[in-house]
Amino acid sequence: MNARKFAALGLLCLFGGAALPLQFRLQCEAQAAHFHKTALSIDLRERIGQAGFLAALSGFRSPLAALLWIEAHTAWENTEWGRMAGLFETVTTLQPRSLPYWDMAAWHMAWNASVAALQNEKQPSEALRIRAQRAYIQLGKDFLERGILNNPDRPQLHIQLGVLLRDKLEDHCGAAEEFLKASKYPDAPPYSARFAGYEMAKCPGREREAYDYLKNLYNEGEKQRLPSLINLLREMENKLEIPESERIEFHASH
Amino acid sequence: MKSTGPTLAIARNTFTELVRQKVFFFLLIFALLVIGNSAFMAKFSFQEQFQMLKDISLGAMSVFTSLIAILATANFLPKDMEDRTIYTLLAKPVPRYRYLLGKLLGILALLGAATLLMTALFLITLWLRENSVLAETRAQLAAATPEEQSLAIKEVTDATFNINLLPGIAVIFIKSALLASMTLFISSFATSSIFTILMASALYFIGHLQTTAREYWLSGTAVEWWSRLLAASVAILFPDLQAFNLTDDIIAGTAVPLALFLNTAGLGILYVAVYFALAALVFSGREL
Repeated sequence: MNARKFAALGLLCLFGGAALPLQFRLQCEAQAAHFHKTALSIDLRERIGQAGFLAALSGFRSPLAALLWIEAHTAWENTEWGRMAGLFETVTTLQPRSLPYWDMAAWHMAWNASVAALQNEKQPSEALRIRAQRAYIQLGKDFLERGILNNPDRPQLHIQLGVLLRDKLEDHCGAAEEFLKASKYPDAPPYSARFAGYEMAKCPGREREAYDYLKNLYNEGEKQRLPSLINLLREMENKLEIPESERIEFHASH
Repeated sequence: MKSTGPTLAIARNTFTELVRQKVFFFLLIFALLVIGNSAFMAKFSFQEQFQMLKDISLGAMSVFTSLIAILATANFLPKDMEDRTIYTLLAKPVPRYRYLLGKLLGILALLGAATLLMTALFLITLWLRENSVLAETRAQLAAATPEEQSLAIKEVTDATFNINLLPGIAVIFIKSALLASMTLFISSFATSSIFTILMASALYFIGHLQTTAREYWLSGTAVEWWSRLLAASVAILFPDLQAFNLTDDIIAGTAVPLALFLNTAGLGILYVAVYFALAALVFSGREL
């Protein structure tokens, strides 16, 4: 090795040492902006195999996730629910910031797999079928909850969790909370605020709060004054015996 | 102008030579991947389709640019020596570093052109798919309220083109430029192109593990001294290639802050400059 090669190696070491703080600062900056959040653990290595793990390490997480998603779709066509759940687990671990993966994984589990479990002809015990159905719904809920933890800056999964709590678990209080959380994001769709009110109205003990909330929405203007909201407000005014002067008809006539 | 003339001439010549070697034929494979993927995905929901189209396209873009960067750079020095063109060139008043700079600029021009062509192909496919899904959505929601229609349309447009894809693609190019410069450094002391390709490929994988090694080294975990020394060597000697993998998260909808993009690009350009300077240093003393 001649002197120039030694000098090059020395300079490379010097530059490497000087670049470390830059790299560290860049890594912190990236993580604060929700980049590089995937945890490539031994558990993931076992699930995706050596080649897959190498691909994930080499910056090909997203194409690998897409290929595994296609595999999960094939498993769906063959109604292999257990295999699907495992593949969804891997895909969401590889791409934790991808909302469609969390959303679709939850939907497949809580809607498709749960119904298939309830209608499973191979299982004669109804109690076991119902248990399996609940387990799949819970799995779907779990996907959404973990998705929310990985995407605290986005409202979409709160909405999906609200829908799941409302339609699959009839937990109206929980659904109201999720829709309410979603509605507070600046990019939330306007229906999330209305949905929060509708569910709050079904939550025992929160009827009056729901009425005030929905009335505030009504007062926001024409955009929120949909027939379903007006009908519910009228229904609640009668139920809660709201004085005539405070009712929406009174306001509307003025 | 006079001083940059030979460098630009070498760069132009390198670019032309690489084009003549039919390097751009890889675009056919890229087109097949992107268009084939798009047609095959029709059975998925539109969110899944667009997600996978972006996953596969940007993944392929990253693979192709990295491969071109390593293979084209590893090949030129042994080839020029075999053809004896390097002797003709260096016999003229062209400093060795200018020869290397010209070659590197030629390869970077090729990488830039390849990235632009792939981006254009990808964006056209994305736009065509978006228009087809939008037409379907409008037809399905013809009877819906304007609010429902605009929400559905917004859902489709949000899932397709995202302005953050552009800085993501720019970072793919910068990463390939870094790989080209790193390969040039290896090539400056290597004796064969196979050695250069093997070394550069190994460094590609090690570079992606650099973050892990750095964290391990700096975490202060009580481990064997030699284990920490190894981690420290990896952290110091190799570039952090993981820092240039922004597309995985951009595809998932994460927005790139301008400061993060500029700092990543700045680090990449710094690496390119340092590896080039080291290559020039070693090559200036090499016996030809």
